[in-house]
Amino acid sequence: MTQSDPSSPRYDIPPELQGQVAVTTLDRIYNWSRSNSIWPMMFGLACCAIEMIATAASRYDFSRFGMEVMRASPRQADVMIVSGTVTKKMVPQIVRLYNQMSEPKYVLAMGACASGGGPFKEGYTVVPGVDRFLPVDVYIPGCPPTPQALLHGLITLQRKMQQESLKTSPWYREKTSTPIPVPILGPDLIDPRQYDLIRRQNELAAQAEAEAAAAAAAAEAAGGMPAEEESHE
Amino acid sequence: MSERLDQSIPDLVTRFPEWVRLDERAGYAGFVVAADHLITVAWALRDEFGYDYLSSITAVDYLPEDCLEVVYHLYRSIGGGALVLKVRTGRAQSRVPSLVHLYPGAELQEREVWDLLGVHFSGHPDLRRILTWEGFAGHPLRKDWREPFFEEEVKPYKSRWPEGQPRRIEDQNPYQNNLAYPAGFDAESWTPDGDEALYSTLTRGTGQNGLRTDQMIVNLGPQHPSTHGVFRIVALLDGETVVDLKPVMGYLHRNHEKIGERNTFLQNMPFTDRLDYINSMSNNFGYALTVERLLGIRPTERAEYLRVIMAELTRVLNHLFAVGFLLNDLGAFFTPMIYVIEERELILDIFEAVSGSRMMCNYFRFGGVSRDLPAGIEQKIRDLVFDRLPRKIEELDAYLTGNEIVRARCEGVGVLTAAQAVALSTSGPVLRASGIPYDIRRADPYSIYDRFDFDVCVRYHGDIYDRYLIRLEEARQSLRILAQALKDLPEGPILAGKPQHTVRVPAGEAYGRVEGPKGELGYYVVSNGKANPWRYHVRAPSFINLTALAEMSRGGKIADVVTILGSIDIVLGEIDR
Repeated sequence: MTQSDPSSPRYDIPPELQGQVAVTTLDRIYNWSRSNSIWPMMFGLACCAIEMIATAASRYDFSRFGMEVMRASPRQADVMIVSGTVTKKMVPQIVRLYNQMSEPKYVLAMGACASGGGPFKEGYTVVPGVDRFLPVDVYIPGCPPTPQALLHGLITLQRKMQQESLKTSPWYREKTSTPIPVPILGPDLIDPRQYDLIRRQNELAAQAEAEAAAAAAAAEAAGGMPAEEESHE
Repeated sequence: MSERLDQSIPDLVTRFPEWVRLDERAGYAGFVVAADHLITVAWALRDEFGYDYLSSITAVDYLPEDCLEVVYHLYRSIGGGALVLKVRTGRAQSRVPSLVHLYPGAELQEREVWDLLGVHFSGHPDLRRILTWEGFAGHPLRKDWREPFFEEEVKPYKSRWPEGQPRRIEDQNPYQNNLAYPAGFDAESWTPDGDEALYSTLTRGTGQNGLRTDQMIVNLGPQHPSTHGVFRIVALLDGETVVDLKPVMGYLHRNHEKIGERNTFLQNMPFTDRLDYINSMSNNFGYALTVERLLGIRPTERAEYLRVIMAELTRVLNHLFAVGFLLNDLGAFFTPMIYVIEERELILDIFEAVSGSRMMCNYFRFGGVSRDLPAGIEQKIRDLVFDRLPRKIEELDAYLTGNEIVRARCEGVGVLTAAQAVALSTSGPVLRASGIPYDIRRADPYSIYDRFDFDVCVRYHGDIYDRYLIRLEEARQSLRILAQALKDLPEGPILAGKPQHTVRVPAGEAYGRVEGPKGELGYYVVSNGKANPWRYHVRAPSFINLTALAEMSRGGKIADVVTILGSIDIVLGEIDR
């Protein structure tokens, strides 16, 4: 091995170990093993879940990439594949499941609905995209995405994982991460992070109503006065 | 055929001259019944005239006339056409007597009508919201109820392209989201309803063998690997025995009907794909039939055959899938599934070739289908139908039917008697496994099913095992139909008339139903003569089949509930719509 060989470790390796030892960074080996054993959560929401099952079956077989172990418990899962339409009635459970997953954890928005509401975006009980609540790592377009597209999304996630570093990963910081507040079902979905916004909107609406009432009263007074004067005459 | 059936409809007006009158609006049919006397009329229909099967209940909001109209479709379980009853009630004070005590199958459907349209059914034992949640503001399918992302009453929206500039609806909402709260709503002090109301509807038993036992409530789902999606079961258990059980749904309520009433008629076709997302072709079939009935057109001859071929391939696909899932639920995790998905992929290849999409085919059009078979696909279908699929069905049969565990877990479990199956309005394989040979392809033929030679499968034990056997047998019968359809497939155009994006549909109502793989799939469409349907309702078979879940599960073990659910073969897209 010459000094100019880019793969050379620049150490003296004893001849009997040459070809037996690989030297790499901790980040690389750690990410390599992690990204090739992503366990998805066994959790389907809608149509996309059927294509997710098809991806797990023989023709597409995502166990080739180390993802065959689907876990029904969020505690054992690495990635949440949000496979389908997220509704307001379901999103508290989805947020709770995400909070229950142990770090490092990833979210894959599979299909148009999970990414942005899709064909059902205008629906009154549909959340227009799971990214309103969860941090999404990879979006997969399609309605539903084909198994090839899902595989591509998972491989993209692997690439993303391979670029991470132990030094900068948020889940190895001293400060523990805070769970996402679970939304509440009221007359409409309530996001606890939006209490201020809801209050401000109420104030604005009340103010607008008061102004409208005042304007109406003024208009009535202005319109009523001449009539009264006329009647007096 | 239909004329002969029409004559068999009883003359209710002579029988009840004071309470019943004919619906004489142009394009409408059936009888209008006075709300106070609905129960008497329904009682006579069931016990005197043999209309023992209440298939569908829905309601229409006739806002201009300021009334709500509840629509009932009744059938005889021996076959024949529909008898339609209508009951009118005011919008402000809506009150209609509940039919749950006469037809237990009305339970979930009446709850749905209450939830979405706000019709109060007096006498209903458990009138709670079903698809939305307790505390939800308003009844969304009323015509004056507007969703937070409301743009206009009907599509196409002008706002989408004002002078070539797309505008995002989010920017018009103060929350940049589809949220709206009542005026002065105090979010911070809001406490959501717990599940106490739900739990209080469970009937507590008296304990076993005179022992005083503790009963506990167990929730399965909405995230649970055995619930086939986001479905929730609340079970009251005594030890391992199920004392009572409630299905809880709505976790995938995607507002098909509200969106469908804003859409134009053709825009609804791709949405039907996403109802029962395993069987998009048969969903298309039902909707196309219904709108064609309103339009008064018939598809071309070749299109009829193509439709039947696609619908029957879908049925094979669905039944294989259902068997695979059932085995999943029995504990044979994923291995049988891999066998059936292999066949499913081959059928999906055909769908992809003819429609461009594997799952969401959007293949049917009013008066025909969207594309002809590409070169070489007919041969592919023939290879599947004549060679591969028969072998594979026999293979499944050989591996599974005699399996000791399958038999031990399925025989005599989750029994539904024939009387219960009819009363609970179940349909499809669940009904036929309970000894009622009712198949819409025979009982009330549509399309060209009267030309084919096939058997209506029926079995008599009403247990999980029979439901499994029915599915295998029906897949075989579908192959028989496919063989005949492929033999007779004529040449010719695939669409009657020119392809149209917007159809003007004459005013009136139509109810079209097909024998979907999961049961009776019906569409109730009301047109007011414009380009958009006034009412678009889907009678979803797996939703109504779930009414029978509690009946099948009571007294059994909790582990069997999972298998019973698997044997009903549900799909959440259709249940919650």
